[in-house]
Amino acid sequence: MPKDSGIGASSKRREDVRFLTGEGNYTDDINVHGQAHVYFLRSDIAHGTINSIGTEAAAGMPGVVRIFTGADFEGVGGIPCGWQVTDRNGEPMQEPPHPILAQGKVRHVGDPIAAVVAETLEQARDAAEAIELDIAELPAVVDMKAAAAEGSTKVHDDLTSNICYDWVLGETDEQVVSDTFANAAHVTTLDLVNNRLVANPMEPRVAVGDYSRGTDEHTLYTTSQNPHVIRLLMCAFVLGLPEHKVRVVAPDVGGGFGTKIFHYAEEAFVTFAAKACNRPVKWTASRSEAFMSDAHGRDHVTTIELALDGDNNFIGLRTNTHANMGAYLSTFSSSVPTWLHGTLMAGNYKTPMIQVNVKAMFTNTVPVDAYRGAGRPEATFQLERVIDKAARELGVDPIALRRQNFITEFPYDTPVALTYDTGDYNGTMDKLEAAADIAGFAARKAESEANGKLRGLGVNCYIEACGIAPSNIVGMLGARAGLYDAATVRVNATGSISVMVGAHSHGQGHETAFPQVVAEMIGIDESQVEIVHGDTSKIPFGMGTYGSRSLAVCGSAMVRATEKIINKAKKIAAHLLEASDADIELKDGQFTVAGTDKSVAWGDVTLTAYVPHNFPLEDIEPGLEETAFYDPANFTYPAGAYACEVEVDPETGKVTIERFAAADDFGNIVNPMIVDGQVHGGIGQGIGQALLENCVYDDNGQLLSASYMDYAMPRADDVPFYTVDHSSQTPCTHNPLGVKGCGEAGAIGSPPAVVNAVIDALQSGGKDIGHIDMPVSPSRVWAAMNG
Amino acid sequence: MYNFDYEQPSTIADAVAALGAEDAQALGGGQTLIPTMKQRLASPSKLVSLAAIPEMKGVCAEDGAVSIGGGTTHATVAAEAGAHYPALADLASHIGDPAVRNRGTCGGSLANNDPSACYPAAALGSGATIVTNAREIAADDYFQGMFTTALDEGEIVTSVRFPIPEAANYQKFVQPASRFALVGVYVAKYADGVRVAVTGASEDGVFRWSEAEEALNKNFSGDALMDLSINPANMIGDLHGSKEYRAHLVGVMTKRAVAACG
Repeated sequence: MPKDSGIGASSKRREDVRFLTGEGNYTDDINVHGQAHVYFLRSDIAHGTINSIGTEAAAGMPGVVRIFTGADFEGVGGIPCGWQVTDRNGEPMQEPPHPILAQGKVRHVGDPIAAVVAETLEQARDAAEAIELDIAELPAVVDMKAAAAEGSTKVHDDLTSNICYDWVLGETDEQVVSDTFANAAHVTTLDLVNNRLVANPMEPRVAVGDYSRGTDEHTLYTTSQNPHVIRLLMCAFVLGLPEHKVRVVAPDVGGGFGTKIFHYAEEAFVTFAAKACNRPVKWTASRSEAFMSDAHGRDHVTTIELALDGDNNFIGLRTNTHANMGAYLSTFSSSVPTWLHGTLMAGNYKTPMIQVNVKAMFTNTVPVDAYRGAGRPEATFQLERVIDKAARELGVDPIALRRQNFITEFPYDTPVALTYDTGDYNGTMDKLEAAADIAGFAARKAESEANGKLRGLGVNCYIEACGIAPSNIVGMLGARAGLYDAATVRVNATGSISVMVGAHSHGQGHETAFPQVVAEMIGIDESQVEIVHGDTSKIPFGMGTYGSRSLAVCGSAMVRATEKIINKAKKIAAHLLEASDADIELKDGQFTVAGTDKSVAWGDVTLTAYVPHNFPLEDIEPGLEETAFYDPANFTYPAGAYACEVEVDPETGKVTIERFAAADDFGNIVNPMIVDGQVHGGIGQGIGQALLENCVYDDNGQLLSASYMDYAMPRADDVPFYTVDHSSQTPCTHNPLGVKGCGEAGAIGSPPAVVNAVIDALQSGGKDIGHIDMPVSPSRVWAAMNG
Repeated sequence: MYNFDYEQPSTIADAVAALGAEDAQALGGGQTLIPTMKQRLASPSKLVSLAAIPEMKGVCAEDGAVSIGGGTTHATVAAEAGAHYPALADLASHIGDPAVRNRGTCGGSLANNDPSACYPAAALGSGATIVTNAREIAADDYFQGMFTTALDEGEIVTSVRFPIPEAANYQKFVQPASRFALVGVYVAKYADGVRVAVTGASEDGVFRWSEAEEALNKNFSGDALMDLSINPANMIGDLHGSKEYRAHLVGVMTKRAVAACG
């Protein structure tokens, strides 16, 4: 029977009450007394040399407080990159400066040139129109392969080329690689594009800077997934401020999907300007600004080759990718195509030889960084597409080919630097075959054909490395940060509990799921536990929420802190019960002396902690508050298998998704309903990438898909009802909850299933089509069918 | 948005007078104009709202035609025109989203003449009469290319008279992002002939596909269209579909519209 509270219960999301009734407190809801507004004048060309910026006339416009340009920021640092990748020759990546406001050149449409602070936003915009710009346009670098060519225009004049790094992972002996392919019975090759996406959280980015002359303290309210990371980066690398004088608050955040991880220029700007103007300064992005200033996602161009022996065993994999960095390095941009991508190329398969090459390219486009899945969707897509293509070329069942090559023994050391701790890929595939009713596909296909439609079935697997990560490993790989997390459990005198967590909740349901864990451990009602997050002045420290890490890493810190609380409470209980603390048992909120009926309630112990009239003061301190930092021993490895069924209208090329099933192994699960929701949302975004979304630049670096008129977001009627099964559970072996993370799986696992299904449909309709790049739009399908 | 004056007259005459001011612009439902102004891409000196003029509102049937007030919202047409002209009501019910349908107006859409809008296809496909404060204009004379109409400066679409056909149907293949028509085809069969109007496809805006009309006049079935095709040269080619794809879709959507006419 399902539980109705604690770990494993589908407790309703308590935060939804305020979100659904308009009681949320988002950054744009925050208005500081006396605030001014900033408008950023952004480049409308992709690449140019700034000859002059005339602000004199604009400065005299009504309401203008001050106008800033790049010259005002010459004394401060630029936006840093948090991960240094080492290239194939052992050299550090090329790392150009990323100024707060453009200095010398503009490098993408949307690059901020000047910032006008005024009494109202409209006055700031009026004044921005009066700024006189003299910018000499330069040729734009847009195509990544052309950018890599000798003699290409350079995005950054001081770099040797547009190549940020040329990186290799896995087999480095070219002879071994070429021998493997030479000895293969079959080689399948696939050229593909992983389309550039814009994250499009419902809430655009917002930042409010406040400064107190009296205390010399800064407060930054910002739409962030990780306020402590923003504080650290901004203080240490950009503005040179002491952290104890800077408070960063990320209140309710209306979706992040990765794009709110990064430290953005606008955050540093409002912090800097609030002091410079001695006024609070507020910025709220318009949706148009979001399209040209939020970090974009994906944007890989890849050639992948899979070598198989005569028995269809995978014997080698070689993949070459050009990954777009955009014009500047965003916070974690460099890690995405490397350590979050190349390391996943083994997938769920025991391929013995793998070589991954990634060239990261600077172009005159918006910076590219992590977007839900971050590197792992790109790895999964190319691997699962090439396997599917191989199965079709060889005439074997795609599921059988996958099963034949599954890793079945754990722990498993991949040839690309990871150690998978646990998994059951055949068991998960069994769940998928049942959930998707694959046995019934033939009948459904016949029905579709009777209606003049082509029907296809696409299946794929995925694996992620989540719960990032062990600090010692990521440090070796170039991370300039640790990736632990922290929690403080503060028990109040009456027994209720506040848990200050470093993870930030912006849709993940932490405020519901985290208390389920603490309540279960102590045996009290969930309503007695509350989460505090998103404010550096309230929480001990936190690396934030991304990479499906919150429960696996921060949740583990919370468990450790709760264990400390229980240990101390047992000592208090032992004192009250005149027993040895080794004999105290905690169950259902009661401390009992083992083997007796002597007990004391949780609330009596907590009250004693704060009213220590009768207390072991010689052994322990009063109060009941504990902090734990947790640094995991390994990544976690959620894995699964997805199946998609599509219908293709052969007359128009339109693809409709008829069925979608997901079987995931997330290890242990705290709140199944929230997990379902995370998977649903992820699949929705994956279907968006597969069928609809595409961020497109023209040859001049103009952003063609700059609004919802041209950037197609998935709507409710674009997606089917999902069948989600997460009963395949191999608990993580190295964290206390045995959890793996579920936030990104849907976005990682779904795009190849959709494309595999479309190709299946078209091939079953007699079309010799090996691949169609995403988004698989009606026009592209029609063009492929009539090409 | 730049500053502007705002007037909300209650009669057509007052609206026409208000539009006499330099750079004044009529405001229907504002579903195109307001976003354009918010982007600072339009800067009228004055907006003259047509939303409070009773004589420009409503749906009524008379003498074999449905007359739609220029200020009537898509939602009202969807709700009230169905008894007289189901295809027209169906078209209105699929424009934009509920917010657009409850603000956007028939007259506003026709005055704007977006090359991907739905109403121009209905008006041209029905051989409608565009009634203004000054005159009556046949649909065949009214549409003059993308965002261009026969309207003079300050002229207001007060109503539109749609002759009721024997059968009609509109097939819209949506552009995936905006859900405007990538290609929309309106087919209407009248006693004196079939009309086929195409929106979304052409760089010249809504147009009649005369070859298809001739073929359907001889044989009102999809088979009559088998050998016909549209020259892609004048079609729109963009992110969402090539010229060739749009030309192809015109044929497919026309066949489907004919089939749906029953």
